[in-house]
Amino acid sequence: MPEPKRITTPLTDQAVEGLKIGDNVLISGGIYTARDAAHKRMVEMLDRGEKLPFDLKGQLIYYVGPSPARPGKVVGSAGPTTSGRMNKYAPRILQAGSKGMIGKGEMGPSVAEALKKYKGVYFAAVGGAAALIAKSITANELVAWEELGAEAIRKLTVKDFPAIVVQDCYGGNLYVEGVKKYQRA
Amino acid sequence: MREVSVKDIIASVKELCIEANYQLGEDVEQVLEEGYKKEESPTSKETLSQILENVQISRQGEFPLCQDTGFAVVFVDMGDQVFVKDGNLFEAINEGVRQGYKEGYLRKSILGDPIQRKNTGDNTPAVIHLNIVKGDKLKIIVAPKGGGSENMSEVKMMKPADGVEGVKEFVIDMVRRSGSNPCPPIIVGVGIGGTFEKCAEIAKRALLRIVGSQNPNPFYANLEKELFEKINNLGIGPQGFGGRVTALAVHIETFPCHIASFPAAVNIQCHAARHKEAVI
Repeated sequence: MPEPKRITTPLTDQAVEGLKIGDNVLISGGIYTARDAAHKRMVEMLDRGEKLPFDLKGQLIYYVGPSPARPGKVVGSAGPTTSGRMNKYAPRILQAGSKGMIGKGEMGPSVAEALKKYKGVYFAAVGGAAALIAKSITANELVAWEELGAEAIRKLTVKDFPAIVVQDCYGGNLYVEGVKKYQRA
Repeated sequence: MREVSVKDIIASVKELCIEANYQLGEDVEQVLEEGYKKEESPTSKETLSQILENVQISRQGEFPLCQDTGFAVVFVDMGDQVFVKDGNLFEAINEGVRQGYKEGYLRKSILGDPIQRKNTGDNTPAVIHLNIVKGDKLKIIVAPKGGGSENMSEVKMMKPADGVEGVKEFVIDMVRRSGSNPCPPIIVGVGIGGTFEKCAEIAKRALLRIVGSQNPNPFYANLEKELFEKINNLGIGPQGFGGRVTALAVHIETFPCHIASFPAAVNIQCHAARHKEAVI
């Protein structure tokens, strides 16, 4: 395995162009948590022309619903949830300036198109490596919609968060190409 | 009759919920290590190394293996000479789950109603399977089941004419369609026979076996081996990134069935294959 690439948020177009499927990366900086309910609200606000509670420009959205934090810890276990559930919302979030997302599992064709069109990148974190990932999270602050509980939007500050590029801005898809390479008759 | 107090049942279930979510079984860890050695894809090797590191971090007791700490599925083998005193067995199990998920800082993932979708706040109710057996002991197994892999499960009422080839096709197709979703590497629980609900239950029970153990019937042991090889030839790999380690094991359980029926069920388990047991 080659040395991991280190990237820092917010991401620029140029940073996204430098990432290809299969790249092992360590992400540092701020990332924003959101899953089903928060996405629904964000997209409704964007469609009404309203301003979101945080600036999406260059940011990454992390699909996660952590376990409760123990006293003295900033977060509990915090591995990715299934990204496919956000297929309906992700293109609109990319259009509004986000540079990508972190989750697990393949995302749909409309998302692949949006990654190309708006220059975005989709990272997978290892599902079930939630304790390991939690160790890379150094701060956790509420951004909006506390009433959504585990689904509220939070800003996580991460240092060397481990992830793999699975769908890139060139239309590459590791879930398709990786499987092709290792399947046997 | 031997009396068992609900207090002991509550304490035991509480401990099992916590232990299961922090301490991965050594059998699972061992097959993950073997998978790491076997894996040919560098990306997937790195993935397995992260999974193994995660097992060690979780074992220290501060962070559960996965943020999805599951639906508490509880299997009880109750001796026919056991009398539960000071309360009710099912209420005691639910109280144990309630206490375990609170004190273990485990995520509460259960909604009281599937359409209204309001969280019960304490991860109850548990799904309880009760079996009456001979003896004066009470055996309790707690198996927290995550949503991602449970969603990739199915019962199929096949035709008797579909035969063993039909079962193979069903299982392999199910794993192929599941792809990256159930968090591979996976353990594939297969139930064959029984009724609609019995078939699903034995597929789930198959996940409780020591990982990689064989069905005692040589015919089914061979079928497990054949399915294991075919599934790993799909190339899905850890997390669906492509690789040679898709399944850690295939476990088949069977039950007698009706002359007109041929049910089969697949219950997929992610690599966080959690279950702990205690005997009271």
